[in-house]
Amino acid sequence: MASDELDLNSLSDADLVPQMHDDLYDGMAPEIVEGTRILLDRGWGPQEVLNQALVEGMRIVGIDFRDGILFVPEVLLAANAMKAGMEVLRPLLVETGAKTIGKVVIGTVKGDIHDIGKNLVAMMLEGAGFEVINLGINTDAEEFIAALEEHKPDILGMSALLTTTMPYMKVVIDSLKERNIRDDYIVMVGGAPLNEEFGMAIGADAYCRDAAVATETAEALVLARRLTSGEDP
Amino acid sequence: MIDQRDRLLVIACGALAKEMLDVVRLNTLDWVDVECLPARLHNTPELIPAAVEERLDSALGRYRNVFVGYADCGTGGLLDKVLEARGVERLPGAHCYEFFATSGDFAAMHDQEPGTFYLTDFLVKHFERLVWNGLGLDRWPHLRDDYFGNYKRLVYLSQVESPHLVEGARAAATRLGLDFQHETVGYGEMATTLVSLASRVPA
Repeated sequence: MASDELDLNSLSDADLVPQMHDDLYDGMAPEIVEGTRILLDRGWGPQEVLNQALVEGMRIVGIDFRDGILFVPEVLLAANAMKAGMEVLRPLLVETGAKTIGKVVIGTVKGDIHDIGKNLVAMMLEGAGFEVINLGINTDAEEFIAALEEHKPDILGMSALLTTTMPYMKVVIDSLKERNIRDDYIVMVGGAPLNEEFGMAIGADAYCRDAAVATETAEALVLARRLTSGEDP
Repeated sequence: MIDQRDRLLVIACGALAKEMLDVVRLNTLDWVDVECLPARLHNTPELIPAAVEERLDSALGRYRNVFVGYADCGTGGLLDKVLEARGVERLPGAHCYEFFATSGDFAAMHDQEPGTFYLTDFLVKHFERLVWNGLGLDRWPHLRDDYFGNYKRLVYLSQVESPHLVEGARAAATRLGLDFQHETVGYGEMATTLVSLASRVPA
């Protein structure tokens, strides 16, 4: 550490957490890893670090992206910084047996290789306590359905960046209907060219314009489904 | 001489300005006027419908015949809503890459390799500003693989023959870490659509 750099160790918890929000905003991955380790060394639980330092930091990034203050490169840098922090926390979360609030199968649809937004959504869902099975890119209906049958998630999430590939979401939903399994899952869709009207037209349960909305929507829909079905939420 | 209001106005993407004017000139479509919106909208498709709407509403008082020189361009159908409400047509397809290559050939190229990044003459000329700097790679070059890691090749769909542009496109592919392919496609469906439309307007 250079002498003119801030010594994160010298900060109190009350100052370190907002400093980590700033570092996340600025996409400073090494500082996020260092801050994460410091909080863990001070006895914080991995879930607390995740929620208060990382997820909250990304929430602020998401707001400024929505408001046109930050742009894609800055969000990508912030996401990479959060990813670096998550890599420290993930094994600890598994070790401590943190309870998941639901399970999500997510992927970019067939013909589309774009995954920046989808991976950000996956990371924010993981941060919120979901178990996420990320199928990657160029995923066809058979692959989606195989993953649904294998993992039995609460939510199917589909992403597309291209106007030419977004109609494939309907192909997947129609395949679920043909198999009479459409209502077994909450279907959420997102991607730059999509909108609310498109989401409703293809028979999705929700269109989510960004990662923060996707996370809030996923939490709300899973809770609603559990309450409706009489399960323990 | 044709009355101003009876001329055909094309409201086009700034990234198509030169090509539109070429098609007008090469086909002597003397009754066609071209106005362009800023090419930088290419990077912010969510702003295109409102920008086109504003220009259309001003133009429809001045012209009886107006055509929009955009494809869907990543607006997810929102541009079409603006156009349908005013009874105005646009160029076919999802993107300029598609109508330049023609829809069948473009679909075949995409099916062959979904991880294809496309450049046109305009995008080769302005690669540095619109693509490289537009994605922040001038400031954070290490983000290149976050953006392009899933891409395999760059296909340059050229409108005019230019060794200089071919070399520029090849250099762009190298910078992005992609294989390079060049297809000479000319003006494709942009030309046929514009000529067909212009022929419906009495000259």
